This record gives sequence, C-alpha cells and structure tokens, in this order.
Amino acid sequence: MADIALNARHDPEAAAATRRYFWNRFFVYAVLTLFAVIYLAPLLVVVFNSLREQSEIARNGLISLPRSFRLDAWAQAWGTYCVSGTCEGMKRNFFNSLWMTIPATVISTLLGAMNGYVLSKWRFKGSETLFNLMLLGVFMPGQISLMPWAFLLGKLGLTNSTYGLVLIHVVQGISFTTLFCRNFYVSIPDDLIKAARIDGAGFWRIFRKIILPLSPPILIVTVIWQFTGIWNEYLFGVVFTSGQQQPITAALVALTAGGTTARAYDVMSAAVLIGALPPLLIYLFGGKYFVRGLTQGAIK
Amino acid sequence: MSTHDLTVPVAPPAAPWRQRLGTMVPILVLAPSLAVSFIYVFVFTLWTLYLSLSNSSLMPTYGFVGLDNYASLWANRRWNIAYTNLFLFSGFYIVGSMAIGLLLAILIDQRVRGEAVWRTIFLYPLAVSFIVTGTVWSWLYNPVDGIQAFVRGLGWTDFSFALTANRNTAIYAVIITGIWQSSGFAMALFLAGLRSVDPDLIKAAQIDGASVSRTYRKVILPTIAPIFLAVAVIQIQFAIKTFDLVAALTRGGPGVSTTFPAIYVYDLMFQRGQIGEGAAAAMMMLAALAVVLVPYSLWIVWRRRAEGRNG
Repeated sequence: MADIALNARHDPEAAAATRRYFWNRFFVYAVLTLFAVIYLAPLLVVVFNSLREQSEIARNGLISLPRSFRLDAWAQAWGTYCVSGTCEGMKRNFFNSLWMTIPATVISTLLGAMNGYVLSKWRFKGSETLFNLMLLGVFMPGQISLMPWAFLLGKLGLTNSTYGLVLIHVVQGISFTTLFCRNFYVSIPDDLIKAARIDGAGFWRIFRKIILPLSPPILIVTVIWQFTGIWNEYLFGVVFTSGQQQPITAALVALTAGGTTARAYDVMSAAVLIGALPPLLIYLFGGKYFVRGLTQGAIK
Repeated sequence: MSTHDLTVPVAPPAAPWRQRLGTMVPILVLAPSLAVSFIYVFVFTLWTLYLSLSNSSLMPTYGFVGLDNYASLWANRRWNIAYTNLFLFSGFYIVGSMAIGLLLAILIDQRVRGEAVWRTIFLYPLAVSFIVTGTVWSWLYNPVDGIQAFVRGLGWTDFSFALTANRNTAIYAVIITGIWQSSGFAMALFLAGLRSVDPDLIKAAQIDGASVSRTYRKVILPTIAPIFLAVAVIQIQFAIKTFDLVAALTRGGPGVSTTFPAIYVYDLMFQRGQIGEGAAAAMMMLAALAVVLVPYSLWIVWRRRAEGRNG
C-alpha cells in the first residue's frame, strides 16, 4: 500500500487507487464508529443518569447531556433506597450475590480441574462416555430442574438461602468447568505424566507439581466464565429466594418494577450500574481470557 | 524435585490394599461429580417428565393423567403466542446478530488501528446480564422518556418509536435488544475464524487477481462455514432459553404479547399453580433443544471421524 501512495503524484491510475484506498478506509472507520456509538450509548445514558438530578431527568428525558452532577443517587441506591417497605438499597443484595458467586465459582472450578485432570490423564474404560454424559449438563435448560430443585432445597432446608443457590450453581457449573479443564489438559503432553509416574509420583503429587503449575491460563478462563455467569443469573435467584435474600439480578427487577409512582431514574440507574459493575470490571481487566473462554466454550 | 523424588521408587512397596486404593483414586475423585451430574441430567429430567404426566397443580402430586397436560398446553392460546414468538425471535435474532457480527469482524480484520478497543466496545454487552440490558433498554423504549422523546426533542416532532407500548411490535423490541447484546459474540467467533484461515490461501487468491470482496466470498467465508453453524446453534440455544431478557424488558407484555416458552413455564409453575402443565412446557423446551443439538452433535462427531480418516 505504501508504494501506491508514493507513486500517486505521477500516475493517474495509482491516484485512483489511492483515492479508492482512502474511501475504503473512511468507510471502514465510519461503520465501526457508527456501531461503537450504538453499543456505547446505552451505557453512557445510564452513567449520565446516575449522576444527574431526578428533576433534570424528568425535564429533559433520559437521553441528554448532564447539566448537574452529584453522587446522591449512588449513595441511595447502595444504602437507603426503599423497595417494598425496606429501605436498605442494594447493598444487601449485592453481598448476597457476592457470597453466592464466590463460593460457587471456587468450588465448581476446583471440581472441574480435578475432573478434567482425571478425564484427560487418568482415563479408564468408559471414561469418555462418562465425560460425554456430563456434557449433557451444559445444555439442560434451567426450567427442567426447577421442580426437582424446589423439592430438594426444601428437604435440605435451603429454600430462600444463598447456600441453596450456591449448591445449584455448583451442580450446574460442573459440566462447564470439567469441559474447559479437560480440553485444556488434553494438550499437556502425556510423556510428562509418564515420566513423573516412573519417578514414583502419584495421582495427587502429579496434580500439584505438574498440572496445577500449568493451569493458570485455564483456571482464569474458567473462573471468569463462572463468575460472570453466576453473578448474572436470574431464574434460580427469582424462583428460590425472596426479599432480603435475593441476589442482585432479582432485586433489580423488583426495584425497577416500580408501579404507579414516578420513576426514580437516577437511583435506578445507579442500582443497575452497581449490579453490572463486577462483571464489567472483570471483563475490562480480563478481557483476553473472557474472549478465550467464549470461543473455547463455543467451538467445542 | 531432587533428592526427595529419587527416594520414592526405592521406598518399600505399598501394601496391596493401598495399591488398589491408589488405582481407585481417579475414579473416587470423579465419582461425586459424576453422581451429581447424573442426578442433575437424568433424574431431574425424568422427574420433570413424570410431573408433566401427572395431575400436579399447586403442589407436585403423582396421579398419572397421561398426555393431558400436553394436550391442554397445545390448546392454549398463550402457548401458541409463546412458540410463535420463539420462532420469530430466533429467526431475526440469529440472522441479525450474525450479519452484524460478520460485518464487524470483517471490518476489524482490515488491519484497523486500535483493534482491541473496537473489540472491547462491541463485546462488552455480553459481560453484562440480560437483566441489566433489558432494564436499560426498557427505559430507552419508553416513549415518554426514551428514544422517542429524544428524537422529538431534536425537532422531529411526530417521530414515533414506541415498540414496547404496542402488542404487535413489542416482540421487535426484544429482538433488537437481543441482537444488540449478542452480535459482539458472533463478531468474536467470526474474527477468531477469519484469523485461522491459512494466509497462503488468501495470498494465492490475491495473486490470481481476485478482489477483496471476491476473496472473502469465494475463499475466506467458505473455509469458516463451520463457524456459521456453530454460532447459529449457540444462538438458537440462547433463544430457546430466553427468559431474563424478556423478564426485565417487557415482563411478557403488553398483555401476553411477548410471552416466551421459558416465561410461560415460570408463570404456570409459580404464578398459576399448574405445575403439571408447566412441566409439560419445560419438556417441550428440552425437546426443542434436542431437535437442534442432537443432529449438530452427530454432525460434529461424524466430521471429526471423517477428518481422522483423511489423516
């Protein structure tokens, strides 16, 4: 492309090519910018509205540049806003989500790593079949498991509790984490394991000394995938918990359901952002791994 | 790894029972997950299947009524709306997000500056929950405060954009939002595909004098055809499971116009106390997934075998 530009002055044909190249570039960036605006606009609208005064939103509508700036809405959304009688904002639901997501992510990832290790490096007769059966869990629609879970959680005394949701997400997550880890461990050379076994290393020793040190890339992918998925989950949260026990997704729906009163867009915007922030931050800082998880999960 | 490891082989041989236990370890490690997955996949499915054949109403009961629940489900107008919506949504959503995703992927593939920034912008909606997306878009669709008000404020005073306020158009609001959320996902997969095409193939086409668009149509896109299928299958799955997005965006309304199968299952089971019929609807969702996924998995297996045979 560079030599075309150099010759442009002398050669009309090359000048035409340069022009074409310019318009080509212009088109590429114009379309990308258009879509970038469409993708970013909703986020900007919410961020702006969380900082504007409600009276200003009521006057100028949701989509408008902020003419006032304050953080009150964030404070209210976090700690004092009233939803159906209780005035505690989102903080309790935020922590519910956190105490649901962290243990479920850690447990399901650890189990997935161990399962993946067995299914790739300690295969036994029928282990491939068992792996394929476990994979079916990836495709199960949550609706199929609602009534059985309702029964089991009732029996275990875990209805309307974060522990119940942790249990559900661990069980549901195992098939994903096993799939991710197994597909990653398959690429570790078997010779490495054989050599270690000849040296007398056993199952756990190989896991700790060889597999785990090689695992960070896949563990990060798995943790990000699980964390975002569980944090964002809604169905089980809304079915099996209520009120103060709800994770933030369910609480957001309850908050914004607002019936007849004028909508407090400023507070609701802040609340929505509080609910979106953890996965967004993970995405911004771990984007590379997020995309990797996505493409791996999809292609397999 | 040095002296300590070397001593292991000369250690006295373990007792036979310990050795046997040693060979059992991998299976013992796997066993709990297997048991739990087995219960989750098979027991839960059979359980729900049985409920769908039972006379359960407010509480699960186990009187057998055969296919009655399925009959009354298919006779129900709301179920009819639900699966019509599902077809409509799936079609537009898949074609729309794949078209936009492919366009963005090809544009980004033109050696643009700041590739990572563009990618981050197009993909971030996927990190955010459907609840957040649905909530925010429900505000944007609100005719009094959202996009309609904004455009009217710019001076186009009879501009009308009130999709969610109308029974006939609310489904398109769901479709647009769904496409917005997931075309970045299609972009990411297509981009990964475009990057995996053998550069020699592209060079050969260029030497033959093929234009850029011709190279894409005749060389690059056919080689990534399997990715189209993968994206489509994943998105059909999303579509069949659609629940959160609708719950946050339209709550199934106005009226029942944006009911989806998943929404209806929830409603039957937990709002109306018709557990039997709800279970039947859930089984229909599973059946829909199976119709898509079973042939796809078989095709994948077949392709892998074929590749294995060819070298």
